[in-house]
Amino acid sequence: MMTLVEKILAAHCGKEKVSPGEFITARVDIVMANDVTAPIAIREFRRIGVSKVFDPAKIVLVPDHFTPNKDIISAENAKMMREFAHEQGTVYFEVGQMCGIEHALLPEQGLALPGEVIIGGDSHTCTYGALGAFATGMGSTDIAAAMATGDTWIKVPPTIKLVYHGRLGQWVGGKDLILFTIGNIGVDGALYAAMEFTGEAIDNLSIDGRLTMANMAIEAGGKAGIFRVDETTRAYLKNRARHAFNEYEPDADAEYSRVIEFDVSEMEPQVSLPGSPANATPISKVGTVKIDQAVIGSCTNGRLEDLRVAAGILKGRKVNPNVRCLVFPGTQQIYLDALTEGLIETFVRAGAAVSTPTCGPCAGLHMGILAAGERCISTTNRNFISRMGSPKSELYLSGPAVAAASAVTGKITSPGEMT
Amino acid sequence: MLKGTVHKYGADFDTDAIIPGRYLNLTTVEEVARHCMEDVDPDFLTRVRPGDIVVATTNFGCGSSREHAPMALKGVGIACVIAKSFARIFFRNAINIGLPLLESADAVDNTEAGDVLEVDLASGTINNLTRGKTFTAAAYPEFMAELISAGGLIEFTRQRLAGKGV
Repeated sequence: MMTLVEKILAAHCGKEKVSPGEFITARVDIVMANDVTAPIAIREFRRIGVSKVFDPAKIVLVPDHFTPNKDIISAENAKMMREFAHEQGTVYFEVGQMCGIEHALLPEQGLALPGEVIIGGDSHTCTYGALGAFATGMGSTDIAAAMATGDTWIKVPPTIKLVYHGRLGQWVGGKDLILFTIGNIGVDGALYAAMEFTGEAIDNLSIDGRLTMANMAIEAGGKAGIFRVDETTRAYLKNRARHAFNEYEPDADAEYSRVIEFDVSEMEPQVSLPGSPANATPISKVGTVKIDQAVIGSCTNGRLEDLRVAAGILKGRKVNPNVRCLVFPGTQQIYLDALTEGLIETFVRAGAAVSTPTCGPCAGLHMGILAAGERCISTTNRNFISRMGSPKSELYLSGPAVAAASAVTGKITSPGEMT
Repeated sequence: MLKGTVHKYGADFDTDAIIPGRYLNLTTVEEVARHCMEDVDPDFLTRVRPGDIVVATTNFGCGSSREHAPMALKGVGIACVIAKSFARIFFRNAINIGLPLLESADAVDNTEAGDVLEVDLASGTINNLTRGKTFTAAAYPEFMAELISAGGLIEFTRQRLAGKGV
């Protein structure tokens, strides 16, 4: 009678059963932070008065937001995190050395595994639910406390079951599914709840597509987004998982707070209009929108499959003269794989700028910042006012196919029109 | 007892609006406070006075996990935030660093920008002095109340570890 999330949480607090609304203290398997959240977490950790983290092998520190260091302040923050990582012996990835954007990196490195409880100092930590983990974002002080104790308090969330019937069309992927979902239930449609993604379309979705969906559970207010482990998951984790893991299944009589069903067989590629990810619109209804920039990458859509889709459209074509097209592979490994496959050459020949992995443009931190009046289509996860730069800029969200097609035509374009 | 003037915002007020991403390399309350609401309410910093109160509708603080958001509000002297609902990471962050939050749909519906509120955190009583109306916020769950009375998560954790003899 427990959902997948309830089973994982029960196993992490030594209880037979947990129920939504119950406060528990859960053991954590991974505590992650980045160069934005770690500096404050480390300062707060020192205030607790312990000298060592609970288990250095379970602390993962990733420089990815303002890195490669944007300015002196960012460099000082990165330095502080690096020194703490070395002092404590935590897991640490240096820029350039098989590093990457945290939520692309941890799954790739086999550090995010099924059945685990993972907390991260970043709201998109929910990404790891794609592999069947309970993963959720927290702020720096929560991260500090968990680094000291190895546990954290959690209010057991109710679970919303989302069922996606049908098979996806050619240019429709995980990003379109999640934008459509947020458009349907709203940015607080899953507030405090876990979202369990199921159905035929999910069974046929790749791990890269599932990671994209779980990544944006937070954009519906969700505490977690989770997928059941299946053969696709096991194949992905083979020769990748750093240690053994437990698989959990929801009970047949598990109680869900809501069950929402969609038939997605006729779904068009989705575009979220500026202001909110919930402004999801089928591409045929977007109208004529000229763009100045197209961003392809990030923790949402910077994986190899995303780059393959974008390169497939850009191959033999040129980026519109009025557009800057920026490509951000999620990790160094993805960059290398894309290089080996010839995707990077395709991007460069098309006239796209290819960057080292960084969160820079997605959060308006550095690289690819927009001026007043500029419009951008981006495969990232948020399009709040001023998210990528000027409060007078406009940001549209889409999957990589729409972003690449738009980069070529200079206006928001369905990839189906590119043939 | 808190007493302050209201700054009112709407639904889904996100953490990018409270503190834009470009300032996330700042790490102290004082530094981030200088940019609070900069992009969406440029006059906020000239209007706000220590002790003022932010009132918002649903899902306040949605988006990023940046603790810089409650830090910025605390830094400009906001005494508490009253909303119909809060995004969960913001809620944790605010409680952890000692920025009081209250949930009361009635208080939000009956309060406008510029009203003066008197708030008793212990009882959850919200008194709108401008309109002569009184509301009661939802009580914190017992666990949260313990965390707040300990003085935030760091103090709570210190005490917990001391109790364990670690």
